[in-house]
Amino acid sequence: MNPRAFAQTFVAVLSLTGLGTIGYGQDKPIKKDLKITCVPKNINNPYMVTQSNGAMDACKELGEQGKVVGPSETGASAQVPYINTAITQRQNAILIAANDPNALVPYLKKAMEQKIKVVTLDSDTAPEGRSIFINQASAEGIGQSLVQTLAKAIGNSGDFAILSATPNATNQNTWIKYMQEELKKPEYKDMKLVKIAYGNDEDQKSFTETQGLLQAYPNLKGIISPTSVGIAAAARYISTSPYKGKVVLTGLGTPNQLREFVKDGTIKEFELWKPADVGYLAAYAAAQLCSGNIQGKEGETFSAGKLGNRTVGKDGVVLLGPPTVFNADNIDQFNF
Amino acid sequence: MSQNQTGTSTRRLARRVSWETMLAGLLAIAILGGALVNRDFLTVENWSNLLANFVEIALMALPLSLIVITGEIDLSVASILGLSSSLLGLLWEAKVAMPLAILLCLLLGAAAGALNGFLIVRFRLPSLAVTIGTLALLRGFAYILLGDKAVADFPPEYTAFGIGVIPFTFIPMPFALFIILAVVFWILLHHTTVGRRLYAIGGNQTAALFSGVDLKRLKMLLFIASGAISALAGIVYTFRFSSSRADNGTGFELSAIAAVFLGGVTVQGGKGTVTGVVLSLLLIGIINNVLTLADVANEILRIVTGSLLIASILLPNLIASTRERWRVRQRLREIAKFGAASTAK
Repeated sequence: MNPRAFAQTFVAVLSLTGLGTIGYGQDKPIKKDLKITCVPKNINNPYMVTQSNGAMDACKELGEQGKVVGPSETGASAQVPYINTAITQRQNAILIAANDPNALVPYLKKAMEQKIKVVTLDSDTAPEGRSIFINQASAEGIGQSLVQTLAKAIGNSGDFAILSATPNATNQNTWIKYMQEELKKPEYKDMKLVKIAYGNDEDQKSFTETQGLLQAYPNLKGIISPTSVGIAAAARYISTSPYKGKVVLTGLGTPNQLREFVKDGTIKEFELWKPADVGYLAAYAAAQLCSGNIQGKEGETFSAGKLGNRTVGKDGVVLLGPPTVFNADNIDQFNF
Repeated sequence: MSQNQTGTSTRRLARRVSWETMLAGLLAIAILGGALVNRDFLTVENWSNLLANFVEIALMALPLSLIVITGEIDLSVASILGLSSSLLGLLWEAKVAMPLAILLCLLLGAAAGALNGFLIVRFRLPSLAVTIGTLALLRGFAYILLGDKAVADFPPEYTAFGIGVIPFTFIPMPFALFIILAVVFWILLHHTTVGRRLYAIGGNQTAALFSGVDLKRLKMLLFIASGAISALAGIVYTFRFSSSRADNGTGFELSAIAAVFLGGVTVQGGKGTVTGVVLSLLLIGIINNVLTLADVANEILRIVTGSLLIASILLPNLIASTRERWRVRQRLREIAKFGAASTAK
């Protein structure tokens, strides 16, 4: 009897006797040497680079062959040649941050017909275009925690403003909607949102809008800027103005961008998910899909290495978790 | 005099043939190289992707070649593509029947082309400046129509046309449109009096005018054709990606112009063939495909396309100037010989 046949018989006997149930329901080992293509929105965007690096770290950890390819511009169709190439190269999985929710769907469907597993991250496609979407943070969670952070800093009372991106930015508008929901709770009755200003995600405009806000509302206690361009520009203005230390600034930004302002006290706390973790989780989800441990159905649980276990939610959405809060104590541990 | 003219035209013909032969040679090398480097290159599936990838650019390059031959340029083609795609989305959302919506898009494209033509012909403005203006203007209109939203959910029978292939072949359906139009433009340019007149305009505008060519009307028609075909490219794009957005096809004008120049149509006008442009489109498509299959970074891809474009402009000039120098030297030698002979007598 050759060793393999022996092992099979052994397992069969074990399961017959009931001893095999110890292993029942547990994950199959993750397959090695899977070919995983990671397609960021564009390749020259530092945020996307950090995210892709996270995915590559997970691939290395698992012994997969990961690679990052993608366009340099973010047009709707720019990613299509890379999807087609992945199909031609018979990759096992595609991780993609979609530039357009619909344009990629027919091509991703074609990939899935060829047994290629598709995981979207950061920006989703229509659900029929992928098995799993890695959502960096729920819009509700971001809205709530930004209001909570500000409330803590200004003692739940006073006027505050929001410095957003463009008036029609989808992400920012959803977050602002959830901030307004959160503000309806009784503990925030003394807090008042006096103005939503738009810096259009331009540094100069965000800078002058901040200036305008502080002059127009002398009683302003705080500003929330849920955009990395806005918060950096606002921080630059406040740090050299007499408002420094009097007005609380918080929002979403990256540690490298805001380090000096946290150290000089302009910003006490700000938030962001870790883009590298988004990529890391996506690569794990793809490897688990390829190994047959999950299908992307609601309620399935899988292990994601250092991040622990994650559960697939409605429509195949997997949530990364609450955003990380950065402050003077921990900011030096991060470099992105 | 007449002998001299036949002489130049044969020489010009020789030069043109050699440019296309060179492109065909490069094409063969690229295909051979691709097949050697990558075993997936010669698959049916890869070829249908390869051809589909540049179909919009190929469509726009056809009328553009004719425009460049007359010594003009149209930089607004990709903006007309975006405008047509946006209008198609808007009309479909407003529940307009699809055939009617397509017709309206083509008409809008033709109207946009007519605007270009009107400004260029009526006010004798340089087409470079006018179409830089309409490049921005028409893209702006596209944003007014659709804002930053996207329309998807196009009817499956139309998107099937966008991503499907002709049965039993690897040729994408939209590419069949290109083949048909390429034949039409080939006949028009090389086998009709209209074609000869276009060359005449490009060769010497004043001479063409004095020999009775209706320059204004021809140019106007070319710009209208360019607009309508760019709108067609917009419709193809929309169905291929099932997505109508105002920023669709941004930057495609540069690829189309690159293909036209590489195809041997010269910036000065008066020269170039449809065959050359078709070969150069295939060449660029294949090079892009081979490099993408080999996971070459996008920046390198751009560098390659840019270098090809520069080479395509530089090379004919170098060849021409070397020939000129050689001809002058030959003439000088003849004169010297003749002079020596006459003194000997």
